[in-house]
Amino acid sequence: MSDVRTNTIPLEATRQPRFRFDNRYIAPLFITFILLVGHLSYGILESYWKTGLAIGTALACELILGRVFYGKWLNLASAYISGISVGILVRSPAFWPYALCSAISIMSKYVLRVKGRHIWNPSNFGLSVLFFLAPETMAGLSIQWGNYLAPLLVIWILGSIIIWRARRFHISATYVLSFFLFAYLRSLITGHPFESEIAPITGPMYQLFVFFMITDPKTTVKTKWGQCLVAFLVAFAEFIFRLNQVVYAPFYALFFVGPAANLIEIWWDSRRQTGEVSTVTR
Amino acid sequence: MRQQQSLATTDAQSANSRYGVYFQEVSRQIGINFTHQVPKLDSKLDHIMPQVASMGAAVSIVDFDRDGYPDIYVTNSGEGSKNALYHNEQNGQFKEVANDLGIADVNQASSGVSMGAVWGDYDNDGFEDLFLYKWGKPELFHNEGGKSFTRVTDKAGFPAWVNANTAIWFDYDADGKLDLFLGGYYPEDVDLWHLKNTRMMPESFEYAQNGGRKYLFHNLGDGSFEEVSQKLGINTRRWALAAVAADLRGTGRPDLFIANDYGISELYVNDGKQFREVGKDAGVGFSPKSGMNAAVGDVLNSGRYAIYVSNISEEGVLIQGNNLWVPKEGITGDAVQYDNLARDMDVEIGGWSFGAQFGDLNNDGNLDLYLVNGYVSADRNKNYWYDFSKITGGNSTIISDAANWPPMEGRSLSGYQQKKVWLNDGSGKFVNVATAVGVIDNNDGRSVALVDLWNRGVLDVVVANQKGPLLVYKNTAATDNKWTDFQLEGSASNRSAIGAQVKLFWNGKQQIQSVSGGSGFCAQNDRRLHFGLGKNPNVEKAEIRWSSGKVQVIEKPLINEINKVKEPA
Repeated sequence: MSDVRTNTIPLEATRQPRFRFDNRYIAPLFITFILLVGHLSYGILESYWKTGLAIGTALACELILGRVFYGKWLNLASAYISGISVGILVRSPAFWPYALCSAISIMSKYVLRVKGRHIWNPSNFGLSVLFFLAPETMAGLSIQWGNYLAPLLVIWILGSIIIWRARRFHISATYVLSFFLFAYLRSLITGHPFESEIAPITGPMYQLFVFFMITDPKTTVKTKWGQCLVAFLVAFAEFIFRLNQVVYAPFYALFFVGPAANLIEIWWDSRRQTGEVSTVTR
Repeated sequence: MRQQQSLATTDAQSANSRYGVYFQEVSRQIGINFTHQVPKLDSKLDHIMPQVASMGAAVSIVDFDRDGYPDIYVTNSGEGSKNALYHNEQNGQFKEVANDLGIADVNQASSGVSMGAVWGDYDNDGFEDLFLYKWGKPELFHNEGGKSFTRVTDKAGFPAWVNANTAIWFDYDADGKLDLFLGGYYPEDVDLWHLKNTRMMPESFEYAQNGGRKYLFHNLGDGSFEEVSQKLGINTRRWALAAVAADLRGTGRPDLFIANDYGISELYVNDGKQFREVGKDAGVGFSPKSGMNAAVGDVLNSGRYAIYVSNISEEGVLIQGNNLWVPKEGITGDAVQYDNLARDMDVEIGGWSFGAQFGDLNNDGNLDLYLVNGYVSADRNKNYWYDFSKITGGNSTIISDAANWPPMEGRSLSGYQQKKVWLNDGSGKFVNVATAVGVIDNNDGRSVALVDLWNRGVLDVVVANQKGPLLVYKNTAATDNKWTDFQLEGSASNRSAIGAQVKLFWNGKQQIQSVSGGSGFCAQNDRRLHFGLGKNPNVEKAEIRWSSGKVQVIEKPLINEINKVKEPA
């Protein structure tokens, strides 16, 4: 989630406008918009301090680790998204889970790397780790923000437009369609109402998951079809987790499927490069 | 057998020496054999019946015949089931008398089933009257000198149907006559036995405002009541589960705190002629949770009330944490603000918490906290939490329709939970000693009331369990700690003295308590106020502030005795 870098949108190179908006800031602005709409409408935040702590920790970690590992001050847009996501998705009466989750999220980018790539979406990693390690103290966001359909539709439409501009709409669309397909299958298998199976995706947690986590350019595979396949597999893994009554099914699904896909791609690239080198040598 | 008794004695001795308190569950021994029954609601709810029909076990304490010994009233909720009034026979035994007195057979599908009861002397004749709230027709029974009860609901003018889960007596306008607050849970046009449709669930797990309306009945003094809630500024449709009235701002007037399920709590400050909701400004109405309890207690011996609100905490799924709202120092009056110190004081995590009450269980001079919990105890190996969390995250169009809720199929939902007996160490921390002091039941606790049942100077605990037994935990504390009790009777104030406050000063400390017309979850403690004093107390004075506004000072009140005080003319 933290690495939505929307600079894949081509810019007109010939014209130099007086003010050029940096596309890296579209995602942070959007997630801030979601937060503000949710909070000003319904007061969704546990507290300003907790959200602030999550954001502040993420920014501080990014600055320090960027300096230590790369010797420079990094752009903070990505860390801001991680922090704000943690601030929204973590639900705990305590303060420390907000700070720890943010710290783990950012650190994972620097520590858990394979051939120069980090393979987990940072906040997905941080959340999954804490869901596993500290279930007695924290939980994830699992409720609605308010009761009305209109704000929900606005966020979905706006999010879709932004993701479309970022050329990653196909990932979100594949996942959402797959989710509904598997929800239907679950409904057939369990005999539970279809409405109850699709209920989770109507909540804000999924808005963040769909628009920020699974579309993270740094932790998704490169090809368009590969990205669609991974999104489908995430939905499939979630389907399995849900049949086994795992509450945080989407997070765990991405936690396992995302890195696996990245590792396969890294291995495949490495093998191809080795083959090319061998051919040249011969 | 002898070995078991020996072990129990050892446990009691050990707990007494360590904590100054030990409880023995004695209900059967004292003649109480009561099991709560649940209603069978509309068959459209069959698939989730255990969680809909999940309330109704309630207990309230009253000395209905003024013999000086507190009695116990307990509600039932099955259609045709009977409520019970256990008369204290003063010999250690209790006798069921509700049937003879006409307040037992009150649960029918046609008129609804009991959810709770509060006692107050609304006509100031010296005998406590019974207000019974239901999912159905609320009822008022006049106490005829402690010898019988007469149903006076029609004259009172109460509404035909309210799905209520909380009610409290209080005299909001200090006119000397008890008024009544009644809080709806399901909307009042929902008949749970004959549903028009299944769209009767909350529209959101944390932002629901489609619950029952609230009522404030102003006592007109002639046996009738005028409904004035909207006129006085109480206009909410949140899902109320608990309410408590206390002078939270030091104004002398009772403010009203409402703990709401599926949403934020509300604090209505009483300006004398009008109520204003200030929950958000005061800090208690910011974060929506699942409020199920409202009790007040001076936990820091600061002369001010903290408010305890119970919520839901289930490991790995939902950690709301209970709230202990402690007033900020140096701020009183309209600017009153609260901090949630539940985590700092270690009273935050209580499972699926319901009723809780403050009381000094070991007479050490600090208010302790007794909490009951557990929602649906069914199959121990099957859990409904996943499906519950799935549906509660849904949009209002999904969650509000019971037909969309996955079937429970005999699964538990936060069942078989261990109760909490939190002892206050006097330095800002509570320690849970439940099992060590003999509280080992894991029923689905709902309502808890504290009372000195045998006038021994220690608080006993009575617990009403959903679909379970009424438990009486006899306090067998064997400490040198002293105590003093206050039994108040109003004259210009309402005769029950509800709303009267006693501030006790001893050993350089102070503690405030008030006579309550209902607190906790569907409960009412004994009206008598109990103060633990610790060892070697030097009690300076008791300052009584009556709801009429009069202030009475009693120098050196009696220790280890009940101080019976009548409001001066």
